[in-house]
Amino acid sequence: MLLASAANAASAPYPSTYRALPSQPTLIRNATILDGTGRRLDQADLLMRDGKVVALGTALDAGGATVVDAQGRWLTPGIIDVHSHLGVYASPGMTAHQDGNEMTDPVTPGVWAEHAVWPQDPGFATALAGGVTSMQILPGSGNLIGGRGVTLKNVPATTYQAMKFPDAPQGLKMACGENPKRYYGGQRRAPMTRMGNVAGYRQAFADAQEYVRGQQKYQRDLAAYEAKRKKDKAAEPPSPPKRDLKMETLAGAMAGEIQVHIHCYRADEMALMLDLADEFGFKVAAFHHGVEAYKLADRLAEKGACGALWADWWGFKMEAYDGIQENIALVDRPRNGCAIVHSDSAEGIQRLNQEAAKAMTRGNRAGLSIAPEQAIQWVTLNPAKSLGIAARTGSLEPGKMADVVLWNRDPFSVYALADQVYIDGALAFDRKDPGRQPRSDFMLGQPGSEVQP
Amino acid sequence: MSSVEIPSRRSARGNGRHLVARLASLAVAIAAYSNAPVALAQDVLIRNAKVHTADARGTLDGTDVRVRAGRIAEIGPNLPAAAGEVSVDAKGRPLTPGLFAGVNVHGLEEVSLEESTVDHAYAPGTQAPPAAVLMRPEFDVMRAFNPASGVIPVTRAEGYTYAVVTPSGAPGGTFLAGQGAAVTLSGAVDSELAGSRTLFVQLGAQAAALAGKSRAAEWMLLDQALAEAKPGHVQAEGDERVLTAAGRTVLAKFLAGGRVAFNVDRAQDIRELLALSKRLGIQPVILGGAQATEVAAELAARKVPVVLDPFLNLPGSFDQLGVTLQNAKRLHQAGVRIAFSNGETHNARKNRQGAGIAVAYGLPWDAALAALTATPAEIFGMGAERGRIATGLAADLVLWSGDPLEVTSVAEAVWIAGRAQDLRTRQGALRDRYLTDKPVLPRAYSPVR
Repeated sequence: MLLASAANAASAPYPSTYRALPSQPTLIRNATILDGTGRRLDQADLLMRDGKVVALGTALDAGGATVVDAQGRWLTPGIIDVHSHLGVYASPGMTAHQDGNEMTDPVTPGVWAEHAVWPQDPGFATALAGGVTSMQILPGSGNLIGGRGVTLKNVPATTYQAMKFPDAPQGLKMACGENPKRYYGGQRRAPMTRMGNVAGYRQAFADAQEYVRGQQKYQRDLAAYEAKRKKDKAAEPPSPPKRDLKMETLAGAMAGEIQVHIHCYRADEMALMLDLADEFGFKVAAFHHGVEAYKLADRLAEKGACGALWADWWGFKMEAYDGIQENIALVDRPRNGCAIVHSDSAEGIQRLNQEAAKAMTRGNRAGLSIAPEQAIQWVTLNPAKSLGIAARTGSLEPGKMADVVLWNRDPFSVYALADQVYIDGALAFDRKDPGRQPRSDFMLGQPGSEVQP
Repeated sequence: MSSVEIPSRRSARGNGRHLVARLASLAVAIAAYSNAPVALAQDVLIRNAKVHTADARGTLDGTDVRVRAGRIAEIGPNLPAAAGEVSVDAKGRPLTPGLFAGVNVHGLEEVSLEESTVDHAYAPGTQAPPAAVLMRPEFDVMRAFNPASGVIPVTRAEGYTYAVVTPSGAPGGTFLAGQGAAVTLSGAVDSELAGSRTLFVQLGAQAAALAGKSRAAEWMLLDQALAEAKPGHVQAEGDERVLTAAGRTVLAKFLAGGRVAFNVDRAQDIRELLALSKRLGIQPVILGGAQATEVAAELAARKVPVVLDPFLNLPGSFDQLGVTLQNAKRLHQAGVRIAFSNGETHNARKNRQGAGIAVAYGLPWDAALAALTATPAEIFGMGAERGRIATGLAADLVLWSGDPLEVTSVAEAVWIAGRAQDLRTRQGALRDRYLTDKPVLPRAYSPVR
């Protein structure tokens, strides 16, 4: 509880100012619905009102709602990307836009990705055209502990606060392996090895434990002071310890208020990080990239750690050498397995449906039996779980946010395009209506800007 | 993996620009399966296929293709079986020419961030080039090409039968990157494909750092190199040369009818290139061409082809402003010959997904297939030999489980020059090892299939 108060002090500022776009009650009729909970409904309707999913079923009463005929089209929850650098590594990739890695020290939990998000990154709009309704913007992986991530709703805005997913927990980005040791070792400083990596995490969390003890002592002193003050008017209040932004973040992670997301490729290193989590009492929400996650899929499932993975990236460095295309399907396989298809890319985020399709295909070729209604969870409900927002979005269930994509066909196809994207029940993108296709300030007046989308 | 690789974060996975190469020092150990071709040239009759010829005949349903001595011998319905022939029942599935894996560094790079495995750039300077770095068109990456690379079987297993391997610019080198060529992805010792030799030049913003920090200097230095390579050129006493004697010979050869490919995106740079090409009497190949749509009419009239990245719709730099997923369609409609290259090596296998995306954004399906088969073969000088399903051509063929551009389809069988290819990969071996239930002994003891 004391920990919680420490973290709350840190997460209260920079509040969300998100307001849903204007919406009207909408009934989408006769769609093939993959609801994100593992169900497929054919020739089904979805009713949205006041930003929420109201009902799924057949022959629903429109009751004055705008009716969209979705005959032959498919409906899914909005796509959620757990790993994006939009806004912190914006397009175009100018030197001025390199805002994702505070590589001045290997341990920088005090920095927040949200403080560097450029809302005018044109990549937000292209991701929206790919059905992405929410995403986590993370610091890069140059540091052992890179800072806090933020979950955004993918609506165009002048400030990131106006995109900030209300009351979503923040993330903590950590990184295993080659990146931190390559960069800092190259500068003849720690970490130079994987030994140095682990020592770096441990010292940081040990410091955070000390910080928490200091906070606890202060709370005890404060309580003693309050008790004493009733009798002794001259009692001196204890002075609060100095705020430490780094320690507040790590304390928040240990208190379970900040979701821990770890960039980690190799199976042995993921196992190490699970032990680290046990040593310091935090939980790993997801391992990101995890090209070897298939080698310890059972352990990840037991620990409730998701694997946020690519369909096919491999080979760009040694820790990515053992990447296989069945990785996602194998992480999905165990009971309680939590597979996520993530992008880490302004290109990949535009077609997470296709990336999931590739992973599903490879799983099925390997003899697993994965249906689209199951695979869609890799880009909807599972990322929502790892972000701590699954109670509010990630599936089409009554009462949840009406974050919805209407596809022109089966989304598990290279030819699939999002026709319409709804965020909190509001039409945020419509492929047929230029008035519903956001364009960033940066793209105004640029060559070719007349071409859609 | 994001982001420590700054400022070349976008190039860490390739993205068509290989700026990270440095000196190689150690030989690399290559894992099992890299010497894949175990197959023999066999006469084959592929029966009842949906044959996408990528040729004037278009798509032929229920058609047989006979392969004899490595070549396509006959195409038609109900061909009679011949003695000694292997028969393959395609069951109506699609058969295409072997796909083009793009312009990349197959055989020149095992692990991108491991310098000892990377050989695609000549970069003797330690920093952005000192004034006197010579341009070395005689730098020939084919001499470093490793047909036993472990990346090649991974790409081949996905239905790709040839690639163009290219030198790249790297800090300490120059924008005149050197020579490359097309290679078969069979893993054969003699992988280079005849007639495909190409000189690669990088232009525009990305290359300016290799040319004294201005794209104007790219033209200045290029002009000087071209002058030096001119037969009968007399070097003024005391003038510094930008080419060696060998470089002059090589450049002169390419100017006298060779193929020169230019990495270039900005419309104005393309115009400058077209003007230069006209003066020189050469027909350039454009790689990238993010703004090529703005000069499409002239490219079509001059028959200048564009090898484009079908995934690109966000500007990586100001040179790429305005690029959209409709570029392929718009160039095609304007009559420009196009080919696809996502520029990746380890993930060259995404190239056909890019072609599918171009179709979703309006490119006719047949044009998309041609941009993955016949057109790149033509562009790189092999059009009479491969890239289409037509009698007399090399039998580079792929049998697919479904639509070859679809992300849910896979290559079921691959033939290169008539040889059935081994589709096993190191990745497949890893999959098989971890697919089974947990064995009693550690998986390291599991049999290798």
